[in-house]
Amino acid sequence: METDFTPWMSLGGGVLIGLSAILLMIFNGRIAGMTGIVTGIIPPISTDWAWRIAFLAGAVLAPVAFLAVGGTIPYAVPVSLPLLALGGLIVGVGVYYGAGCTSGHGVCGMARLSPRSIAATVTFMIFTGLTVYVVRHIAGI
Amino acid sequence: MQKLIFSALSGAIFGLGIAISGMANPAKVLNFFDVAGTWDPSLIFVMGGALITTAIGYVLVFRARKQPVFDAAFHLPVNKTIDARLLAGSAVFGIGWGIAGFCPGGAIPALGFGGVPVIAFVGAMIVGIVLARSLDGLRHKPAKAF
Repeated sequence: METDFTPWMSLGGGVLIGLSAILLMIFNGRIAGMTGIVTGIIPPISTDWAWRIAFLAGAVLAPVAFLAVGGTIPYAVPVSLPLLALGGLIVGVGVYYGAGCTSGHGVCGMARLSPRSIAATVTFMIFTGLTVYVVRHIAGI
Repeated sequence: MQKLIFSALSGAIFGLGIAISGMANPAKVLNFFDVAGTWDPSLIFVMGGALITTAIGYVLVFRARKQPVFDAAFHLPVNKTIDARLLAGSAVFGIGWGIAGFCPGGAIPALGFGGVPVIAFVGAMIVGIVLARSLDGLRHKPAKAF
């Protein structure tokens, strides 16, 4: 499935992700990493759950509000439900042991020049690329 | 209370950024990695924009302030060791991301508009985290602050 090349929207979205990370750091002193934020509200729940819920509520509601005022969000899922569930399970295990994902390691950690985050990001980018190649061009799914 | 308001605001900007950037769109994410097929390089601009903005912002924040506005200290990861656990976990995450096209930060903001596919992904992801945490023997310890 082809998708349109959207450099400006993607750059704008990326800058917003960066602004979000800066705000969460200067006001709350926290890394805007989705793995860490979500893991803290999965039992046993972290004592500082409230700011996590607030962040997640904002993250879920903002796109809905954007759609409600007439914005468009391109969205297509060329993956079957069983593979989405399998992928989700694998992602959950991976981000737990890897202690972060694209937002925590790829953006916040890389921005701090953290060697761990750089190593993690290079690793998952390579494995994601290899997996997509295997799924699409070898398995032919 | 102010802490929660600014956290929600930060979350809202994150969610909007993810949504308009294309990170919440598995078709686009998978195409970014499909260099040998229907390649869409857009996500370079997401990563680049987010990374440069955050890097400059963090330098300014840490230069200007000894502590955040609403907390006593910055909560930054202290672990500096690149170990097998980090690399294996990241490799496994990459495999899952390549299968599903969603990463955690891409999926959560899609929960409000993405229907059954993203709900299935996030549900399974939570099961995966719970499973890993149980195997890791952290079941009875307080959650780690990442």
